[in-house]
Amino acid sequence: MDTVELINVDKIYTDPVDTQVLFDIGLKFQEASCNSIVGVSGSGKSTLLHIIGTLDRPTKGQVIINGKRTDTLDKNSVAELRNETIGFVFQFHYLLTEFTAMENVLMPYLIGNRKPTKEILKKADELFEWLGIAKLKNNPATKMSGGQQQRVAIARALINNPRILLADEPTGNLDSATTDQICKIFREIIDRYRTTFIVVTHDHRIAEHTDRIIEMKDGRIDSDTQN
Amino acid sequence: MLSFRVAVRFLKSGRAQTILIIAGIAIAISVQVFVGLLIDSLQKTLVDRTIGNSPQITILPSSDNSTIRSWEDIIAEVEEFGSTKVISASASANAFVEMEDINLPVLVRGVDFNTADKIYDIEDSIYEGRPYQSKREVLVGKELREELEVDVGDKLVVTTPTGTRGTFTISGFYDLGVSSINKTWVITHIDTVQKIFGFHNRITSIEMTVDDVFAADRIADEIEQRLDNSNIKLENWKGSNEQLLSGLEGQRISSVIIQAVIILSVVIAIASVLAISVLQKSREIGILKAMGIKDRAASLIFIYQGFLLGLLGSVLGIMLGLGLIYAFTGFTSEPGGSSLIDLYIEYDFILRAWLIALIASTLAGVIPARRSLKLNPIDVIRTV
Repeated sequence: MDTVELINVDKIYTDPVDTQVLFDIGLKFQEASCNSIVGVSGSGKSTLLHIIGTLDRPTKGQVIINGKRTDTLDKNSVAELRNETIGFVFQFHYLLTEFTAMENVLMPYLIGNRKPTKEILKKADELFEWLGIAKLKNNPATKMSGGQQQRVAIARALINNPRILLADEPTGNLDSATTDQICKIFREIIDRYRTTFIVVTHDHRIAEHTDRIIEMKDGRIDSDTQN
Repeated sequence: MLSFRVAVRFLKSGRAQTILIIAGIAIAISVQVFVGLLIDSLQKTLVDRTIGNSPQITILPSSDNSTIRSWEDIIAEVEEFGSTKVISASASANAFVEMEDINLPVLVRGVDFNTADKIYDIEDSIYEGRPYQSKREVLVGKELREELEVDVGDKLVVTTPTGTRGTFTISGFYDLGVSSINKTWVITHIDTVQKIFGFHNRITSIEMTVDDVFAADRIADEIEQRLDNSNIKLENWKGSNEQLLSGLEGQRISSVIIQAVIILSVVIAIASVLAISVLQKSREIGILKAMGIKDRAASLIFIYQGFLLGLLGSVLGIMLGLGLIYAFTGFTSEPGGSSLIDLYIEYDFILRAWLIALIASTLAGVIPARRSLKLNPIDVIRTV
């Protein structure tokens, strides 16, 4: 079953001048698949990921997530869908510095619910344990190393059991040893949670870890190969 | 609730900024409370000292030199009406007092001591001797005493315009604080005046006080309509103190303007600080939106911040304002211990000032909240 489908997607930025960054993109991503989108800077790979993640809207074309068209949904429904279905890991961890690691991890849950349940707290504990950052639970988000912060960001992306996990240069800021660890973690996530994983990267070492490599060039799909 | 928690964290994380703005609000509100209470107390003191010890509404015969008949019925009717505090009948008439070669005009005021005392505070103003006890005794004012050079127990001869003479014993001397009264009023039993001036059972005025002195004109109108008696007319203190009233009104308006300007400055201060906070926190708001927080919840963060700043600032401000006004009345008290102004703490006013500050500061959060609606998560993710 496909969890994500893009049909004839164009993206044109109008500010300051009209610039088309995506041309007629058609893609399908299967459930529990591990995919990478590679390409040089400016190839449109990050824009494509943002459109898949509903953070940006296509100028033309359809984005279907879990069988539901998202490009026609209103802002609130998109926010809800994003909260429940999609987890993000960015190049920069984007943790909220006013909160502790635990509070950051619970944040997506708290956006949709009033109080954390016992189950969700247990799940957060498990994620901390599994990601090897159990001791940092009550640390402020600022008092951690880059790798630790990225792990907290991964735990946060997973707390709501998302069907889709999107990562944008997740290791761009990390050294190679940590990069390998993070890659391993992503692989485990797919096996454990049957999540559809799509990572955008310019680092071929990461792409090598994925089952499918989509190469972007000047806003178009240059190649789409199974690894 | 998440919006509230985030609002609290945002305020805590910018501690210095939060403390400064709360201090700013507190100072502004304290000035508002101080000015409001001071002017209110000043007005009340002024009114109290001007009309406090005098009747606020008086029923008089409609033509001069006449008297009021069946006054017991009128009093019963007014009592039934219920808006008055004290009602006191009085029979007064002009006369002369003779003392050796001095002959002075006086107003002999026959009163019911118990009710008149509640209006004029006669008993407390007696500085020598005691109140009259028999119908042959009178009270004399301080200035009149000085002119006549008399003492307690001396005789006083009163001559009416028709030539009737009465001799009385002085039981004591009063000082009502107004020299024109002290100089002319000879106070005695109402029956005495009725008898020597030939009023029979008639009187010359019914004096009363009301709880709400500023409603005296309205109450007087209502009583007049109710009595519907062409032989009498009603006067109230407002009619004879127009200058004082317009002065008080001017004071009240200036107080309202000062308070409005203060509230406006509080609103602008909060709105500008929160507008900066939207810029400072655009990254955080963008992240929250990327995680799926809805626009409404995101903008509530700023409304809550406005509310919290207003709540803390106004509570502190009210305490500070009360401290200021107590300190002010303390500093301005005279050596004898009596204060220059009597302090009236109007809890209604404080509650109103508090609610207005709270509502205004919450509304001040609306401007930044609207700005936060425009924040797009993608802009944050793309630019950082």
